[in-house]
Amino acid sequence: MTLPLSFVFFVLLGLSVYFYYHAKSGIVRKAALLSDRTKALPSHYGQQSFLWAFIPSFLVLLVLTIGGPNYIDQIFYNKIQELNPTFNESFVSLILAKVINVSNGKISTGEENIIMLAKDYKIAFEQLHFYRGLVVILCAALLGMIISYRQKPGSNAREQVEKFIVNIFFASAVIAIFTTVAIILSLFFEALRFFNLYNFFDFIFGLHWAPNVAIRTDQVAAEGSFGMIPVLLGTLLISFIAMCVAIPIGLFSAIYLAEFATPKIRDFVKPTLEILAGIPTVVYGYFAALTAAPFFREIGFSLGLDVSSESAIAAGAVMGIMIIPFISSLSDDVIRAVPQSLRDGSMGLGATKAETIYLVILPAAIPGLVGAVLLAVSRAIGETMIVVMAAGLSANLTVNPLESVTTVTVQIVSLLTGDTEFDDIKTLSAFGLGLALFFFTLLLNIFALSISRRLAERYD
Amino acid sequence: MTSKFRTKKVEVSYGDKKAIRDISLDIEKNIITALIGPSGCGKSTFLRCLNRMNDVIENCSIKGSIHLDEQDIYGPDIDPVELRARVGMVFQKANPFPKSIFDNIAYGPRIHGLASNDSELKDIVHNSLEKAGLMDEVKDRLNDQATGLSGGQQQRICIARAIAVSPEVILMDEPCSALDPIATAKIEELMSELCESYTIIIVTHSMQQAARVSKKTAFFHLGDLIEYNDTDKIFTQPENQKTQDYITGRFG
Repeated sequence: MTLPLSFVFFVLLGLSVYFYYHAKSGIVRKAALLSDRTKALPSHYGQQSFLWAFIPSFLVLLVLTIGGPNYIDQIFYNKIQELNPTFNESFVSLILAKVINVSNGKISTGEENIIMLAKDYKIAFEQLHFYRGLVVILCAALLGMIISYRQKPGSNAREQVEKFIVNIFFASAVIAIFTTVAIILSLFFEALRFFNLYNFFDFIFGLHWAPNVAIRTDQVAAEGSFGMIPVLLGTLLISFIAMCVAIPIGLFSAIYLAEFATPKIRDFVKPTLEILAGIPTVVYGYFAALTAAPFFREIGFSLGLDVSSESAIAAGAVMGIMIIPFISSLSDDVIRAVPQSLRDGSMGLGATKAETIYLVILPAAIPGLVGAVLLAVSRAIGETMIVVMAAGLSANLTVNPLESVTTVTVQIVSLLTGDTEFDDIKTLSAFGLGLALFFFTLLLNIFALSISRRLAERYD
Repeated sequence: MTSKFRTKKVEVSYGDKKAIRDISLDIEKNIITALIGPSGCGKSTFLRCLNRMNDVIENCSIKGSIHLDEQDIYGPDIDPVELRARVGMVFQKANPFPKSIFDNIAYGPRIHGLASNDSELKDIVHNSLEKAGLMDEVKDRLNDQATGLSGGQQQRICIARAIAVSPEVILMDEPCSALDPIATAKIEELMSELCESYTIIIVTHSMQQAARVSKKTAFFHLGDLIEYNDTDKIFTQPENQKTQDYITGRFG
């Protein structure tokens, strides 16, 4: 008998719903018998039963579904190793993969041993599914019965349900934090491996970026050099150009939207601006490479300047356009959040609209505006696709926007794509870059937070 | 007895909805005039007509005429920005700017270029604070945030801010509705002093306040001006039954 995941889940859900109604009507009956009032609403007792039956059983289901197959694989791995003690690790893994594929029917083989193992493997999986279903359903039934039995009209189900739900919220927050910590740790340990192979200070302060290490061991290549300054400078240059485009346009359009536009215009302009945010960055990349770059090149040519066909200015300008909606939309919200009473106060003193905006509204909105710009900067620093397509891969140490530069994220992509060994210095340097980028954006965030705290003109 | 404001058949509507209609009244110079009436009767709307603050509100239209010193304030040659410098306003909720006390008072003089140098500006600020009776309380902390003051002090900052522009008229829209009795008493005292040099028009929900501070009172009801007379008359022998009912607390 097989019990597939969807079946188990729906039985679990059905059981829990059953316990909801069971507890809801049960508590009314109990209260009537004792001629007592229930402390909470009957539906609260229902919710309590539902949560108590559903959540723990669901967690059991989750653990068995994720952990079970791993456990079975481990057993078979050990089994194969016992049968053939001479095989090395990777060969055992290979055989295990073969067994799994045969049992799924993805490939066929004539080797008796493997067919045998595959059969066993399939049986083991069926058993796992069967017991998983059994355990989960029994668990839900048992828990539901226990909680329904224990509910008394005097017990406060509402309080307990609320506590339970607060715990679910807390668990969600913890999951988010744990994931972040896990990401940082994995980045950190890989970067540590890189710094074992390459001097930390040479990396941080090095002026030359040329990761030309041999890809295969039989190739001959120069010693790579991993100084991150040119790459970081490229990121800063492109982000700077992007902000030069995005901050004025975004901020001015926000002021127009918040202070001058009639509702009709606003209803049209704001969604249109937000469409910009929905365009995939690859499409912006096309635009940068095929339209913006030649455009800047021709302008440069007519001015007698030599603009490289992949230039920082093309990538930066298009990135700026991409970021406009972030700044304009957020700033618009921030400006509109400044209380009307401040506007009235200023107008009532005979200030013009311009004076009101410049002297009262913008100063009051500064913390939010800083936040909006910061979000945009983070986007610019993390942006990869436009730069790959329009700014190139060569790590030039330059601040000339007409030359081609590369950025941290682009280098990470080019280091990690394709056939690479995961233990050589070239691949590992990507993690060094990642860590550097992480610390850089972290510092930026802290800096901006402290600025907006200091500037905050608290209204109200 | 000279009129500062002279309004004729003023009618204001927001979209299709008429807020006030057919309001004709003369407001005398250098006294306090109170506008009373139940919520939604149009007294604040009328007040905001007097310095064209309604212009800011969309789909608000105004008919009739309002003259300030024989000049039609809705005439083509009137700049609402200049008008608002002559007719200052204090609002229901104290709304100091999130700036220092000094910058709050200096805001108006700065934008209108009333001071030619720093020491003149300082004089204006000090004078205004003096007139608003705040100088003693804030003289040591002119550079502190105005928003850190108490509610009553904030409201007096707003009055000082209005005075600093040296207006001819000060409109007050329920200036004490969010204040405790002591702060209210201070503001009322201040109004009595100020009315020697300014014309003051106050909208209030408190009939006691109207009776205490004003010389003339106008009673509004559902967008109509019901009665306009000396405050003493209104509160002792009103001519209209509705006024009688309102001031005796029968409705409102």
